Amino acid sequence: MQTDPQTGNSVLLFPEGVLELNETSMEILARCDGQTVSEIIQSLAEEYDIDPKTLAADVREALADLQQRKLIELT
Amino acid sequence: MIAPRPYALLAEITYRCPLHCPYCSNPTQVRNDQELTANEWTRVIREAAALGVLQIGFSGGEPLARRDLAELVRAAREANLYTNLITSGIGLDDDRVGALHDAGLDSVQLSFQSDETGLADEIAGARAHQRKLNVAAKIRAEGIPLSLNFVIHRRNIDRLPQMIELAETLGAERVELANVQFYGWAFLNRAALLPTREQVVRAREIATAAKARLAGRIDIFYVLPDYYETWPKPCLNGWGQRYLTVNPIGDVLPCPTASSAIPDLRFENVRGRALDWIWRQSESFNRFRGTEWMPEPCRSCPQREIDFGGCRCQAALLTGNAATTDPVCTLSPNRSVVDEVLRDLNSSSDHPPDWTYRINPNGIQ
Repeated sequence: MQTDPQTGNSVLLFPEGVLELNETSMEILARCDGQTVSEIIQSLAEEYDIDPKTLAADVREALADLQQRKLIELT
Repeated sequence: MIAPRPYALLAEITYRCPLHCPYCSNPTQVRNDQELTANEWTRVIREAAALGVLQIGFSGGEPLARRDLAELVRAAREANLYTNLITSGIGLDDDRVGALHDAGLDSVQLSFQSDETGLADEIAGARAHQRKLNVAAKIRAEGIPLSLNFVIHRRNIDRLPQMIELAETLGAERVELANVQFYGWAFLNRAALLPTREQVVRAREIATAAKARLAGRIDIFYVLPDYYETWPKPCLNGWGQRYLTVNPIGDVLPCPTASSAIPDLRFENVRGRALDWIWRQSESFNRFRGTEWMPEPCRSCPQREIDFGGCRCQAALLTGNAATTDPVCTLSPNRSVVDEVLRDLNSSSDHPPDWTYRINPNGIQ
């Protein structure tokens, strides 16, 4: 993941591909630093003052989608 | 028209290669003694990054044939580019894997000709398969993400299950099962390489099932031979839109096969012009950019900004005119040239003819 200097947006780079991240995906991926998925949800909930229960499904879906494409690994 | 920003640079750093694959799309008239130096490549890489490029693929030929490859990878990482090595693996000993990793190499795409030695070496025209297996293990041991690229054709398409199994065994993260597209030597060897309809249907079922089974473990990407498609491929995502290729001697190409397929296109060279000017201003990048160049039926087609009229090189090879609709398109007035090839192939029970192996430029082996 890095910043596209032309747009200032975050992008995920992989062989022969570029995925431009929306703000939500970027906020999730920025927290993929060894935290558990629950901790990521908790951290986002606090940052944006949203009920973690509301967030959980969306976060898990976004991570599962990236994992299916082999762009992240969940351990 | 206004040029968009490019995302990826394909750096074809040499056309020298120890393999002789009969589907190679590289031209043979490029002189090896005029290859760009490492300093020249470093300048090209910086100019590409300034233009907006985020990713570089080091390709060839066999990029490992250049001893200064690690230096080029380092220059690309310093320019903040994602670096991908597209290689046969021949020449990748332990020291070089480590040196490339230290230089910041992000990923390796390793080509395989098949899953087993006999057929793989016959296709490559060289004893390569066992060495590739060793190289794959070294790449994984070094911790570099590994993709396997299989070029699929009539002689190996029935072994798709075994190829996927090999990818699992070797710990690949991605597998590209790409049917030959017909340019360069592949065009010359088309009758030997094009699979039958029956083979294509079965292969697609196998690839689809494997993709579902391995989701989350291996990302599988299957590419049909486009002669069997109804609509043309969105070649390059449009001419001069996202990609540029620089060949070993510094010619800048909108598409890697354009130099051989479209003879009347004149290319600019990084030794004479800045990359920015070539991307934005040159005739070669602007000739098929956007939709202005399009003839009917593309011009009024609702798909025109989805498939961009297909592939210019294929149009040139099959109709003699690069500015026509790709004949793969079912709406093309020239679709019959594709249908005739398919009809001849699928109505004959003869064995396919032998292929002609690629020869190296300037006789250098």
